[in-house]
Parts: sequence; structure tokens; C-alpha cells
Amino acid sequence: MDGVRKKGGNVPALKVRDLYKSYGDLEVLSGISFDLEKGEVKAVLGPSGTGKSTLLQCINRLTVPDRGEVWLDGVEVIDSKREIYKIRSSIGMVFQHFNLFSHLRVLDNVCIGPIRVKKMSRKEAVKLGMEKLKQVNLEDKANAYPAELSGGQQQRAAIARAMAMNPKLMLFDEPTSALDPELIGEVLEIIKSLAKSRMTMLIVTHEIGFARSACDKIIFMEHGKILEEGSPDKILNDPECARTKEFLNKITEL
Amino acid sequence: MAHFFQFAWDALPSLLQGSVTTLILTAICLTSGFILGILLALGRVYGNKLIYIVITGYINIIRGTPLLIQLLIIYYSLPHIGIILPALPAAALAFALNTCAYQAEYIRGGIQSVQATQVLAAHALGMSSYQTSLYIVLPQALRMAILPLSNEGILMLKTTSLSFLVGVPELLATARKIAYQTFRYLDAFIICAVIYIVIVFIFVGFLGFIHKRLRIPGLQKGTITR
Repeated sequence: MDGVRKKGGNVPALKVRDLYKSYGDLEVLSGISFDLEKGEVKAVLGPSGTGKSTLLQCINRLTVPDRGEVWLDGVEVIDSKREIYKIRSSIGMVFQHFNLFSHLRVLDNVCIGPIRVKKMSRKEAVKLGMEKLKQVNLEDKANAYPAELSGGQQQRAAIARAMAMNPKLMLFDEPTSALDPELIGEVLEIIKSLAKSRMTMLIVTHEIGFARSACDKIIFMEHGKILEEGSPDKILNDPECARTKEFLNKITEL
Repeated sequence: MAHFFQFAWDALPSLLQGSVTTLILTAICLTSGFILGILLALGRVYGNKLIYIVITGYINIIRGTPLLIQLLIIYYSLPHIGIILPALPAAALAFALNTCAYQAEYIRGGIQSVQATQVLAAHALGMSSYQTSLYIVLPQALRMAILPLSNEGILMLKTTSLSFLVGVPELLATARKIAYQTFRYLDAFIICAVIYIVIVFIFVGFLGFIHKRLRIPGLQKGTITR
């Protein structure tokens, strides 16, 4: 993976350049560019339907962009099947609806990636899996099935599943939007602890308070474009764009 | 009445032997039909257009013709292409080729009811399409297809009785033989029917056990909870 690395300079963990994606006539991404440094946590805010999820899925090629570049650790993501499997395995993804494998116990959900993708022995994977479950305070639910857990527990298990792959980068797609209000806190706590351990993360969220306290930068997106990017203080207190202000007013009114 | 039971008792050994043949025939055609059915279902869902057309055509031909005709065509055509099979393997082949088409459709229904988000999550972990279908899609799809597949199993078990027509010494053939030898047609066929019922009951119990084993705790779709 070292081939293209620039001499001396710090290569961003993730570099996105001029990303475009349309579904039929609808342009979902209209030229997205940004960087994510190693250990940096960025939140992506914006109204629904502005391409935030599509952006995340273009980064690990669950969706193929029409054009534009995605660079991970100085290496461009290209459309070769093998490379894409490898790249996906190095990017953790957490979904809005958890998407745990419903037929597998929590521990097996966490272990299946290391076992099947990384070819780790079952014994080693179980050890790793229990470690990850401990980090999300779920070791007592290791043998439960997803349907037996609360939403918050399911999302924590999903985070453990992604972390078990030892990813370079974590993508969160509205990780708390499907949760009951009283369960949001436990999930945000876990994400905050990841931020503290300097995990590189890109988080699509509507939790303004969380974006302020846990993220280094905030990106505001609308209609497939980044309208502005800056520190939480700047974006949340003194945004440049009228649209950002309008959006923030709307969601803080609630 | 005592007369009937004496008759049944005397006929039992050869009828049980016929039952064993029935069970062997059922086991062969159900397992090979199951494996073929999975392949056909995967091909129809994930395959390219050509594979889709070929498999769909096959399934429609099988479902569009009576099983009895398929059995007779296979039995009488095999020698023409130089394959001389005893009656039992020939019948097993015909039944397997038949049941795999039906099983494929039940399994396809299961595959299509697995949520797309499950596949997305598997891909996000870096699993290949092959790994995703083997470890994520099929285990869930087969659980959803388990009721229709059970029905197909029960149906197939009884359908093997058609093979008496090509000379397989299964349960019905044995009962017929006894009937012709003793001229007690009704008695022979009633005993035969009772044995079928007993076998089916045992089979249903076995299926119930499998259902229970495969049930995912907490996930009971369609169950109304209090």
C-alpha cells in the first residue's frame, strides 16, 4: 500500500476529489471534495436527500461514483473487484439500521469478518471479538441474537463488528437516527471513546450537540454539494451560508 | 377382523422392505434435488441473462408437464442414449430433476426475502459475492423457505409411489404384488396407506425438530405477540 505515498508530507487518511453521482436524472453528488486527516473526526450535516449516505457509500464503493477520485492513505480506489474487497475490509461502516446479520449470534456477527475476510482462526477471532464487545460494553450479550437486543445494543454490536476488522477509517451513516431518544446516549458514548482513541471517522449525523463536542470539523452539505466546512464553533455559531443557518435553526427548534 | 390383522402381520415384513426402498428413493431425490435447487435458485437470482433464461426455461418445462410423463420419458429414453440404469436409480433421477425445479422456486423466494441491507453489510465488511451468498444470504433464505420445502418433502415422499410403474419394488409396488397374489386388494392397499401415514408422521416430527433447531431466537416473523 506504500507505492504512491508522497515523500515526507502527511498523506490524508481519506481524500475525496470531484465526486459525482447521478441516479437517472437526479444528480445526488455534484462535485464533492474534502480531506480527512489521520485521527480526524468530521461530521457531515445536511438535510435529508442531499447525498450524505451516497457519499459514504461511494467512499467504500458500495456505490460506484460516476466520476471523481477517492484516495485512501495516498492510494486511489480503483474499480478492480479484488482491490475493492480489500479496501472495504479496511473501512468500517456503521449503518442507520444496524444491519446486523440476523441469523448469527452477536459474537459471530463480530467474528465473521475476521474469520471469512481476514482468514483469522476461529479461536483468535473469538478472542478479538470478545475484546471488541467489551469495548462496547456488550460482552454479556455475546451469545444473544440481534433480535433479542435493544436498538442501542444492536448499534453497539454493529460498531464492534466494524472495529473487529481493525479499520483505518470508520464511516457512520446516521448511527443514532433509528434509536429511541434514551438509547442515543450509549451509542454516542462509544463513538466518543473511539474519537478519543484517535480513530479516523466520518460521521453523518443530525446530533448537533454530539457534532460540537466530539468532532474536529463539520461539513455542511446540501443538494450534493459541500456548502461549507469548518470547526464546530464556526459552523454552528457563525455559519457563512444562509442555508446552513436556516438548517441549523430548523433542527434546533425541535 | 382378526383375519385382517393376521393378514397384515404376514404381509408386514415384505411391506417394510418396500418402505425401506421408498425411504431410500425419497432420501436420494430430496437431497440431490435440494442441492440442485440451491444452485438453480442462485443462478436464477444472481446469474446473467443466459443462465436466467436457461434455468427459467427448465423450471417451466418441469412444472408444465406431469411428473409421471417425466418419469416414463427418462426411464425409456436413457437406454437410447446408451445409459442403462436399474429402475431405482432411473426413478431417483427423474424425481430429483422434478423436485429440484420446485425447490429452486421456494429457495428463490427465500433469497428474495432476505433484506438487501444484509447484503450491504456483508459487502461493507469486504466479503465477496460468493461469501455473502454462502454465509449471509443462504442461511437466512433457507430458513424462510423451510415451510414450503417441508411440504415438498412430504409430497415427494408419497410421489415416489409412482415409481411402481417402472418396476421399483417400493411400498406401493409391494402392496400391489401382495394384493395380486392373495386377491385381497382392499386389505393390502389399506395396510399400505397406514404405513404411508406412519412414515409421514415420523417425517413431520423430524421436520418439526429441524424447524425448532433453526429458529432464530427473538425473530419470529408473523407471530402476534401479546
